Amino acid sequence: MTEKKYDVIVVGAGHAGIEAALAAARMGCSVMMVTMDIAAIGRMSCNPAIGGTAKGNLVREIDALGGEMGKIADATGIQFRMLNRSKGPAVWSPRAQNDREGYSIEARRRVEAQENVHILQDMVTDVYVENGEMVGVQTGTGVRVPCKALIISSGTFLNGVMHTGLKSRIGGRFNEPPAIGLTASLEKLGFVSGRLKTGTPPRVDKRSIDFSKVEEQPGDPDPEPFSFQTKEVTRDQVSCFLTYTNHDTHELLRNGFDRSPMFTGLIKGIGPRYCPSIEDKIVRFAEKERHQIFLEPEGRDTNVVYVNGFSTSLPAEVQYDAMKTVPGLENVEMLRPGYAVEYDFFPPHQVKLTLETQLVKGLFFAGQINGTSGYEEAAGQGIVAGINAALRVKGGDPFVLRRSEAYIGVLIDDLVNKGTSEPYRMFTSRAEYRLMLRQDNADRRLMKHGHKFELLPPDVYDALRKKEEYISVLTDYVRQKSVPPAAVNSYLESIGSTILSENEKVSQLIKRQDVKLSELLQMEFFRSDSLPLEAASHKHVVEQVEIETKYEGYIVRQLEEIKKFEKFDSMEIPEGFDYARVKSLSTEAREKLTRVLPSSIGQASRISGVSPADISVLMVYLHG
Amino acid sequence: MLNLDVYLNLRDGDTIAAIATPPGEGGISVIRISGQDSFAVADRVFVGKSSLSASPSHTAHFGKIVDGEGNYVDEVVALTFKNPNSYTCEDVVEVSCHGGYIVTQKVLGMILTAGARAAEPGEFTKRAFLNGRLDLSQAEAVGDLIHSKSEAAYRSSLRQLSGELSREIKGVRDELLNLASLLELELDFSEEDVEFANRKSLEGRLTDALTVVDGLLSSYAVGRVYKEGVRVTIAGKPNAGKSSILNALLREDRAIVSSIPGTTRDTISESVVIDGIVFRLTDTAGLRETADVIERQGVDRAQKEAEQGDILLLVLDLSENYYNGIDPLYSKLERICGAAGIKVIKVWNKLDIHRSGAPRLPDEGRVFYVSALTGEGIEALRKGLLSAVLAADLGETSVVVTSARHRDALSRAGKSLRYSLETLRSGRSGEFVAMDLRAGLNALGEITGEITTDDILNNIFSKFCIGK
Repeated sequence: MTEKKYDVIVVGAGHAGIEAALAAARMGCSVMMVTMDIAAIGRMSCNPAIGGTAKGNLVREIDALGGEMGKIADATGIQFRMLNRSKGPAVWSPRAQNDREGYSIEARRRVEAQENVHILQDMVTDVYVENGEMVGVQTGTGVRVPCKALIISSGTFLNGVMHTGLKSRIGGRFNEPPAIGLTASLEKLGFVSGRLKTGTPPRVDKRSIDFSKVEEQPGDPDPEPFSFQTKEVTRDQVSCFLTYTNHDTHELLRNGFDRSPMFTGLIKGIGPRYCPSIEDKIVRFAEKERHQIFLEPEGRDTNVVYVNGFSTSLPAEVQYDAMKTVPGLENVEMLRPGYAVEYDFFPPHQVKLTLETQLVKGLFFAGQINGTSGYEEAAGQGIVAGINAALRVKGGDPFVLRRSEAYIGVLIDDLVNKGTSEPYRMFTSRAEYRLMLRQDNADRRLMKHGHKFELLPPDVYDALRKKEEYISVLTDYVRQKSVPPAAVNSYLESIGSTILSENEKVSQLIKRQDVKLSELLQMEFFRSDSLPLEAASHKHVVEQVEIETKYEGYIVRQLEEIKKFEKFDSMEIPEGFDYARVKSLSTEAREKLTRVLPSSIGQASRISGVSPADISVLMVYLHG
Repeated sequence: MLNLDVYLNLRDGDTIAAIATPPGEGGISVIRISGQDSFAVADRVFVGKSSLSASPSHTAHFGKIVDGEGNYVDEVVALTFKNPNSYTCEDVVEVSCHGGYIVTQKVLGMILTAGARAAEPGEFTKRAFLNGRLDLSQAEAVGDLIHSKSEAAYRSSLRQLSGELSREIKGVRDELLNLASLLELELDFSEEDVEFANRKSLEGRLTDALTVVDGLLSSYAVGRVYKEGVRVTIAGKPNAGKSSILNALLREDRAIVSSIPGTTRDTISESVVIDGIVFRLTDTAGLRETADVIERQGVDRAQKEAEQGDILLLVLDLSENYYNGIDPLYSKLERICGAAGIKVIKVWNKLDIHRSGAPRLPDEGRVFYVSALTGEGIEALRKGLLSAVLAADLGETSVVVTSARHRDALSRAGKSLRYSLETLRSGRSGEFVAMDLRAGLNALGEITGEITTDDILNNIFSKFCIGK
């Protein structure tokens, strides 16, 4: 073991740790990644899937910032779907089933290939702070390693305890030991910790499933990759399958409730309401006669199938018996039971919007330690923490994404200002500017940041610039170009849209819900206009112009809202502002403000417990 | 302390307008317009020697306010203040109206139509200090004020919370929250095995909610009556007994509020309180002079007077009628005012002299037979005045909106809900419906105190008086 000194140390090699380590290294920092098991880098602890509603947007954003998640998911995806396709573009979300092993191997390959990243298989048990600044860590093997910044992305490992029935054992993941010591070390520094719970369903053998009794769910015929850098996905896709629980399943599960660690009070941590265990579902929705079970293959070359929707911590034999009542699973072979895991987290009001802790300069938290759930939520925080750690080391203004700019911004802003009492998961409804934060424009929203921090290859950014140019050409074109009835009426008729009786602007035509710009531009009439046609040959250019034209009225209204919002968020509160000085603040507001230390009036106004009157008082003091 | 440059972008804010003088009678009323478009907005309604936009700062301009159809509304003086040398540090135009309260309201309405937004209470002051116009000591004084006012506001909001209005709004808000949840369910949980809301039923429920909002909005007219009183113009020939009726009404009422001295127009105004509502009675100069002058002019003047009021009290002389019949002047005035939406109440006076002409059946409940001398019928007239302003507008709802801020919030909520409904009917996806539905919810939340983040600053300063 060398007595080397690192710029940045990353604790944990999960989805947050990977993005954090790679971003910091690419920004020129020497990085040490500490993981208890090198083979577990990028391991998908729970479902073998990336993306989904709102989460898919997060992946696109991470990708636009220069992160890895999208690329790894593209390389190892076995089924791709665009969710919510029947709805408007703002709620479309890419989702992929992934090869669990493949994902981890690909992630590890990318980390290992990164210059400046050193991987250490060990554990961090203590942290060293001098004058409020991070100076180094102590590892389980007793080595002290100096650093300028430390990012803790420890997932479910901090004092992790797993439960199956009334049997509990320590550990952060199936067959993996917990991280002991770090929580206590942080508490000594003044941090406050809490306890959360999450769970995972059993895994079964594909060969024991009767597929004649379940419903097939194929992938999309035209799979869309996550990454703006992935040209296309060409591999064959694998299907998932849908089946349902029934009355018998519920009866058998109920019979095991006396041995449920949840219902007997063994588990103290709070679990996610949006991702309840099966026992939770049948208790809280007793009237519901069936629940969906998705059978998701864990890879192309494996027989392991993930029983999505059946997360449980009941005793293994209860899980097994109950599963056998589900159509298609009558003869199921259970490979591994589901379990619940409890772990320490640090209520996120203790971090700033940069994810640096309030207490210790140079110490960053990312992922489940901040109370979130989900690979995508973790990775989004990871890249922000990585960038800010590097900025701290190398110098530069802190990097904060706004709510109006990215789901990642919404995520961190919510965590810091509102806190969370259950594992936090992203939903599109959390974003008040949802219409702007689309998965299709993440590149246009965020690549400028990835480019600025040199996290994106130059050609990728050049491609974006070219795309913007095309978008602007095509936008002008559709706004100005008029079409005579004769040129488009046959098309309009074919899609059942009202035909024209006089010339009409192309932009007006696209505003009709049933008219597609891509189809319209196929008309002979447009052939002579070469430049716009060149732009129109790029489907993502046409897509942007179409969305922005079709929904212009809504987008304009949303932009007005954003303008208002950003005005308040641009009113800074100086660092170190002493709220005790402001006598007219209510006691609760003073407490909350002192705890969160908001950086702007806008942020202060989002803190729960801070009233409009408090804000007015604050403004008077700050704006004299 | 922060650098003010950070806030310079605040000057990009929208343009706001409000009446800056206290409500009620006064020689002049001032409308203040502030924001980057204030000159352009003012020029859309102001006709003077030169355009205000082209005029230098700190100059006064005489001109006319002319409406869209080219009709003259009022003679005004406009004062120009170019940023940053104004109260708010923004471009400001102050319009001094001479036409009295109703005309000022009309001018404000035109200014709002021309592109300004109704200012929130205290918004001018808010902008003034956001733009660095107030120094620290002034700001601290303002801070104390805010604090004391918020205590009062807190108590009054508690009172309101237990009141009908809040219950009503909370009801709508809860329903809208339910609708929003139903929409979000199908957006964020489309993969779940749950039943999604039916579009037709969503549409019905949203329509119902909008109806409630619209109902509350229309109650504002009644609310205003309670808050600001009713203007009653008394017209009639000199010998018809206008002043004696005025006096009779005042005599009957022990609680004479005030005797407002004559305004620029040399009219006499007296206030009388009937069942808690203030009626401001103005004896017109108009018809007084017309008896001998040219008839046409007389009616025009009386009409102009009457247009500033809510009610025209037309005083007729029973004895004159007995000898000469009804002067066509009266019916003409009645017709004109009726067409302008001003309620006309006919009072036949001198019942003591000519009882033979009465009582007749009152038509439309707006005809009264009185004797100003004996006081006979005056009580009925008082009740008639009351029912003229209440019966027509109150309708079935007992909930009344009295605050301009509430009205503004309701109006924005209504606008958003209408957008939302339109989107829902067009068959567009839920997130588009949800967008405006949320905006509507936020607007209603401003009333119930469940304030959403973006609107907070606009609400903070609502404890200030408007136009300060």
